[in-house]
Amino acid sequence: MTFVAKPRVHHPLLPINDIGLTRRDYEGSVSTLCAGCGHDSVSAAVIAACAELSIPPHRFAKVSGIGCSSKTPSYFLDKSHGFNSVHGRMPSVATGANLANRSLYCIGVSGDGDSASIGLGQFAHIVRRRINMLYLVDNNGTYGLTKGQFSATNDKGSTSKRGVPNLYEPIDLVTLALQLGASFVARSFSGDKRQLVPLIKAGIKHHGFALIDVISPCVAFNNHSGSTKSYDYVRHHSESVTKIDYVESGQEITADYEPGTTEDVEMPDGSTLRLSKVDANFDPHDRIKALQYVQRRQSEGEVVTGLLYVDPESPDCHDILETIDTPLNELDFADLCPGNAALAPINQSFR
Amino acid sequence: MSVSYNDFVIRFANVNGSGSASANGMFAKALFRMGIPVATRNIFPSNIEVLPTWFEVRVSDVGYMGRREGVDIMVAMNAETYDEDIAAIKPGGVLLYDNSAALSANRRRSDIREYGIPIAQLMLPEFKDQNQRSLFKNICYLGALAELLNIEFDVISGMVETQFAAKQKLIQPNIHALAVGRKYAREYLAHPFPYQVKRSTAVGDRIMIDGNTAAGIGAVFGGATVCAWYPITPSTSLAEGFEKYAHQLRVDKTTGKNKFAIVQAEDELSAMGIVIGAGWNGARAFTATSGPGVSLMSEFLGLAYFAEIPAVLFDVQRSGPSTGMPTRTQQGDLISAAYASHGDTKHVLLFPSTPRECFDFAADALDLADRLQTPIIVMSDLELGMNDNLSEPLSWDEGRVHDRGKVLDAAGLDAAATFGRYLDVDGDGIGYRTYPGTHPEKGSFFTRGTSRDEYARYTESPEIYGRNMARLQLKWQTARKLVPQAEINSRGHAAGIIYYGTSASPMQETIDLLSEDRIAVDQMRIRSFPFGPEVEKFIDEHDFLFVVDQNRDAQMKTLLVNELSLDPNSLVSILYFEGLSISADTIREQVQTYFNQNKLPRLTGVKS
Repeated sequence: MTFVAKPRVHHPLLPINDIGLTRRDYEGSVSTLCAGCGHDSVSAAVIAACAELSIPPHRFAKVSGIGCSSKTPSYFLDKSHGFNSVHGRMPSVATGANLANRSLYCIGVSGDGDSASIGLGQFAHIVRRRINMLYLVDNNGTYGLTKGQFSATNDKGSTSKRGVPNLYEPIDLVTLALQLGASFVARSFSGDKRQLVPLIKAGIKHHGFALIDVISPCVAFNNHSGSTKSYDYVRHHSESVTKIDYVESGQEITADYEPGTTEDVEMPDGSTLRLSKVDANFDPHDRIKALQYVQRRQSEGEVVTGLLYVDPESPDCHDILETIDTPLNELDFADLCPGNAALAPINQSFR
Repeated sequence: MSVSYNDFVIRFANVNGSGSASANGMFAKALFRMGIPVATRNIFPSNIEVLPTWFEVRVSDVGYMGRREGVDIMVAMNAETYDEDIAAIKPGGVLLYDNSAALSANRRRSDIREYGIPIAQLMLPEFKDQNQRSLFKNICYLGALAELLNIEFDVISGMVETQFAAKQKLIQPNIHALAVGRKYAREYLAHPFPYQVKRSTAVGDRIMIDGNTAAGIGAVFGGATVCAWYPITPSTSLAEGFEKYAHQLRVDKTTGKNKFAIVQAEDELSAMGIVIGAGWNGARAFTATSGPGVSLMSEFLGLAYFAEIPAVLFDVQRSGPSTGMPTRTQQGDLISAAYASHGDTKHVLLFPSTPRECFDFAADALDLADRLQTPIIVMSDLELGMNDNLSEPLSWDEGRVHDRGKVLDAAGLDAAATFGRYLDVDGDGIGYRTYPGTHPEKGSFFTRGTSRDEYARYTESPEIYGRNMARLQLKWQTARKLVPQAEINSRGHAAGIIYYGTSASPMQETIDLLSEDRIAVDQMRIRSFPFGPEVEKFIDEHDFLFVVDQNRDAQMKTLLVNELSLDPNSLVSILYFEGLSISADTIREQVQTYFNQNKLPRLTGVKS
């Protein structure tokens, strides 16, 4: 099995987006993951979200590390460039890519091994650097390609396929990102497309670092009864604390929510996040309370999903570095090289 | 008493953190401003305070800038190191010290001259503040040296004024401390001093700059827009140099915003990853590190080699292995840099010898990285990177523009019949690349460290994998034609000497010393790896060859033997690896020994 291109036949009734493209224009090659893999649902959600946003497919840059999750950028957006880098180091590659061209939408895809084990250091530091990107973690708690070893996000006591319990504490990327200053933090479930697609749209449009930790079951190695990352477990233990709708700028907001339970969050590009709180006690603008809420429910064995924290006003890395609006990779020779005349005073200063 | 002019080695022995660096730097700069060639060497500890530190200045009107064995004037300001400092003085040389405390009898040498100055006592009534007293001790010996060596006082006091331009109130006390030292020397010390200076024209239009700063400026002129780095001695000042000059030269005048981005990464792995991400996305990017950083970056270097992504890395080498002697120089990373990463991987190396070449090679490396779509590693070292060296002035050829290599834009993609990222269209092993976001329909591809076909599609086909590896080898052959050629001085002698990097500093002196021994050698300074055809030719043309390596394992010799399939016995290694820079005396001695042991014929008659 190497590379399989998807046949390009459009169904005549496929919806066409604002730039005249259909969902098919946002697809990639045929997935080589196992049938039923949660990651394929995440890829499908990315395709739907990008198509609905009507962003030209080639304006995305896709980056990933190594592992099942990191293969998925092949399976969406084949009109955009992708970079499947090295294990656990996607954050640094994404940082460089974003510094070079701030005008592209950067989507990073990683896994729990890639981000919480080998790449935990890089994960922590990209959050601190506030790179403007959507960082998706396909989180299945296991190493699939090497046949089912526990990863660092696997819950203590959760068992392997053969019934052996995990003896170590889990690392939770959501609470880590909240602590390190991420300005958009969400958790979702690959089986909940209705929640995931708007979250991805919002994460792409968010100005700054957006993390979506997607529980994405591994049907081959971590979908049994003792696992806390299985379809069954997550369906029965997840609790959505917020629901969001992403509304493009200028689009009419047709809400079907009960008054008083929704809030409109204005995004810097003029679009709106319509946020409805399922739990009235939850405040997605309060980092500390969000942290406490997530941790408390976690200790009760529950998986809190939805948009957990958002700050649409926070600066990104380019704001911090005060870089010019023009992408750095578009600066020409005259912009970059001061020429020989500029060397005369420099030479003089060394005499 | 005989006096020699503009030809001596002076060493200042100080305590780290005592403020001696600026006084010693002023001493060297004063001589430089009098037109006298100087080479400075800071021999410092990996420490912030208290450990001993030395600063050595070689003064040479004929322009010998390599380190010389033995010290003529020892300014011994650290009682902790008196024993070794006094032992380092050449017979007939001078010990200048603070005799506020008497020198014990067992330390005295009858074959040197003692110049005692009661510096601490002199400072006591002059300055009330304890801190100032201690700091101005350095300025006081500078004043005494100015008197003894005949340094033009205007030059040195003018330097104090420029040095403290931002702190006006410090100028007067500094000049006062200078005057105190000068007055004492004039009234109480023996004249004439055996080593003196006089104004010269030997410096010409050269500048005095460290290699790291020059490389940082070169990266600005070479068009680097992304710099990612992690602090490590002796490379840190390179990234800082880039930052300083980018802020001066690369800020948009209307918006005040930066046309560059500098990130201090969390480690060297990340620094290299950022460079690769930026290079992939079409920005010129670089990082600077030292040996331990190269070890960490190896995985990413392999990715950039195989996925063919431009990247520039400055390796300012220090003494390894492991943490080694982190503040001492060495050329110890050749093998680890040349073959960094697993699998069949090799990287282009450039070997600068002077600050001017650090500047030039920074821009060259950025061009070569884009042209060859691969990492380029500039192999500097602590000696070159961190010490002020005499250098040709920096210069940018006005006709020169950046070479961005083979990149297709939207129009180019529309014009091309087909696009395959790794198709060898031109037969030089180098494909055409596109930047992300270029074209709505064409030119996108998936970059990966896994094997792929000419269209960047994943494959495990043995044949396609083999074809790709062979193309990378062809690209390596293309690199041979593009990298800076070796500098050769061949006069038909049977013997040749091959060297690179900072071993160039003592080379002219070495050649002159050897001619006194009636030994003549042709010279070749290697400036890059892979080796060009001129390197092979030079080796073919000589009966016996010396290779100078500042490492234990003869790493350049290994590269030559390995890459050019040479008989290891055909190259004689000259090695020095103790952490200082190699001296002409060291090279001469090893060449002489070889001539003697092998009873090789000497030159007769006049030297060539």
